[in-house]
Amino acid sequence: MEIRPIFSALMRNKVSMILIGAQVALTLAILCNALFIIGQRLTHMNRPSGMNEADTFHFSSLVFAPGFNLATTLQADLALLRQLPGVAAATPINSVPLSGIGWRANVKLQPQQKTATARTVVYPVDVQGLNTHGAKLIAGRDFKPAEVIEFNAEKHLQPTVVIVSKALADTLFPDGDALGKQIYLKDDPPPATIIGIVERMQASWINDDTSIENATFIPALLIDSGNQSSYLVRTEPGHRDEVMKAVEQKLAQANTGRIIQEMRSMEQTRREAYAGDRAMAIILAVVVSALLAITALGIIGMASFWVAQRTKQIGTRRALGATRGDILRYFQTENFIITTLGLIVGGILAYAFSFWLIQHYQTPRLPWHYVPIGFLCLWLLGQLAVLGPALRATRVPPVVATRSL
Amino acid sequence: MFIYYLQLGLRSLKRNPILTTLMIVGIGLGIGASMTTLTVMYLMGSDPIPWKSDKLHYVQLDNWNPDKPYDEDGRPPDQISYRDAMALMEAAKADKQTAMFKTLLMIQPENPEVKPFEAVIRANYADFFAMFEPPFAYGGAWDRQQDAEHARVIVLTHDTNEKLFGGQNSVGKTVRMNGEDYHVVGVLTAWPLRSRYYDLTLGAFSAFNDPDEFFIPFTTGIDLKQYPYGSTRCWKSRGDDWDALLQSECVWIQMWVQLDSPARLAEYTAFLDNYVQEQKKLGRFPRPLNNRLLNVTQWMRDQHVIPRDVEVQTWLAFAFLAVCLVNTIGLLLAKFTRKTGEVGVRRALGASRRDVFTQFLIESSMVGLSGGLLGLVLTSLGLFVVRTLYTRYQAVAALDGAMIAMTIVLAIAAALLAGLYPTWRACRVQPATQLKV
Repeated sequence: MEIRPIFSALMRNKVSMILIGAQVALTLAILCNALFIIGQRLTHMNRPSGMNEADTFHFSSLVFAPGFNLATTLQADLALLRQLPGVAAATPINSVPLSGIGWRANVKLQPQQKTATARTVVYPVDVQGLNTHGAKLIAGRDFKPAEVIEFNAEKHLQPTVVIVSKALADTLFPDGDALGKQIYLKDDPPPATIIGIVERMQASWINDDTSIENATFIPALLIDSGNQSSYLVRTEPGHRDEVMKAVEQKLAQANTGRIIQEMRSMEQTRREAYAGDRAMAIILAVVVSALLAITALGIIGMASFWVAQRTKQIGTRRALGATRGDILRYFQTENFIITTLGLIVGGILAYAFSFWLIQHYQTPRLPWHYVPIGFLCLWLLGQLAVLGPALRATRVPPVVATRSL
Repeated sequence: MFIYYLQLGLRSLKRNPILTTLMIVGIGLGIGASMTTLTVMYLMGSDPIPWKSDKLHYVQLDNWNPDKPYDEDGRPPDQISYRDAMALMEAAKADKQTAMFKTLLMIQPENPEVKPFEAVIRANYADFFAMFEPPFAYGGAWDRQQDAEHARVIVLTHDTNEKLFGGQNSVGKTVRMNGEDYHVVGVLTAWPLRSRYYDLTLGAFSAFNDPDEFFIPFTTGIDLKQYPYGSTRCWKSRGDDWDALLQSECVWIQMWVQLDSPARLAEYTAFLDNYVQEQKKLGRFPRPLNNRLLNVTQWMRDQHVIPRDVEVQTWLAFAFLAVCLVNTIGLLLAKFTRKTGEVGVRRALGASRRDVFTQFLIESSMVGLSGGLLGLVLTSLGLFVVRTLYTRYQAVAALDGAMIAMTIVLAIAAALLAGLYPTWRACRVQPATQLKV
């Protein structure tokens, strides 16, 4: 295939070539960065919480009737929950992963240590805590009933045993010997001993990338937060929705002086937590689709115009012996050249855009492979778009050359 | 002549329906995407109280850990401690001032049809109402005297009044909260705030920034010993009870002051510096002096009221608009080049370059106007999608008159910009070259 005549023809249509090239370049720059952001969001959304999310739900109870005792209510509620058909396990909680609210603590290895060694979320639970969450214990043991202590305003919260996530254990004790070690959740003694390590448990704050994997379970019934208590329930697989309804009804019946609120399945909590990421991914996907459509249509429009403009020349070439394949290849090669020139500029533009995003929004750098993938996509898009007009060009009969001269 | 050019343009556009559609759809999509994102960004960042946004100032003091700044970029804490709030309120050096916090309380309605519910209560001083100017339907704010008396008074928002009293004038009635009766002194009308700019500590559009349902005096709120429903951050261990919270260096209170002139601002700045220096002598405020008094718009920028995602979406949408424009330039160029013969004839028959230029520019603006109208439809569709995807953006994902006008202007400007070069090229046609046979 001779490339020189194609170049000469292009040079006569410089502006059109530059326009298509610029369009391809901008498209590549937007495409790479948008796809990268979409990819990041999807990765973000797919991080496991370490919980059994399919069968769990959580809610809180708020008592307004006077003269009630939170400690007895807690125990009565737990007893009621645990004997309901379909319930596999239940635990009192303070917050759950993905919820965005929670109790944050600084972990220290010495009393009165000035800066903390790590940050963690603290999940107070009782003996069924790990079981309800669906956390997998990989070392040590679970809490014993005697270890679960009631904490209230008078007694300072000082657990003596804790179970931590593996990520936290590794941050605190990089040598991997965290089990049996002592840590401080407050400035003063007594310290708490790590009696167990779970494989994974996320903190409540999904956007805190540095400490999202750091979680600490403590065996505690919190009864100093007014008249509110919260619970997490795990059901037998497939029975979640019916148990949720039953729980709402039964608990309201058990005590008419209260309201049951914030009843949510963990799946719903996850949806709400990542609603923003989901929205961003969808909006960018829509923009990217519209962008590719516009660019393809632009190439089709311009190629059609060129075919129409060169009808006579095509006829002449055909009359001089060029085959249909020659004509088809001519337009395809022409498109390939323009697209490639555009892509080279676009590659630079893509990195420039990425650099700008890093400067202003502290986003991660665009990984190198997005640009070559973008090249392939747009080469393919260009070839497909030019195919229609090019095929029309092949149907120009040689006799056109002899007309209207 | 204008009408004639319009007809010419219309005829020319009709001759190439596919190309015309392509151009209109291109501009429409570009305008739709960019205006959707721009509307959201513009409404989020717009000044909520333009007539006094430069007079209201948010108070920040740095009482944080000597070993570790509150924020890596050196910003002081976004709230203050109870001790400092009390000291500043008692000094009363500003023209108006209010400390405030948010909490949750159980409401037990007298009406048996309304179930008890947990409500978001804002505890603030009387000045709050004069500073942020929420509109009252009935009654009004409580006064400073009632602040001092820890009065059991309450101001209801429009929605709460609908819920509890069916929207009637409830001034003088009582609301029972946590077993105590509160007298209603005022009821607000709907207060359409785009962002609750007076409290950004939980994020302007976050799921946790629930709207306030009641307002009570700050002093009363402290008496209730209800823990704040919001962010409470501490750098020292504190006791677990309420008094320990009040005595601690924990920050959980927002403080606004109104300063009516730059001179007053300077005086208040000096007063704050002096206050912190005095406290340093008492062993508090171990960090270097770092007070801030940002006004409403500065505070909104500081707190990133416009989420990064929305800004990135806007940039990408405008880049997309650029692609659509380049696309339209290419297509118009193709179209006008085809008409060189026609231009040659018109020029030969006496039309000046200026005439030809006007004719084609009118044709381009017709494309722009149609694209703009399509863009307007797509913008409302886009905003609907935004409202569905981001349930918190209801108030900022809506078109207003200004944005509709802006859309049309942007579309025509875009089409004219796109049409300029092709038109210029078309005018340069030499009649002689086109008329040779």
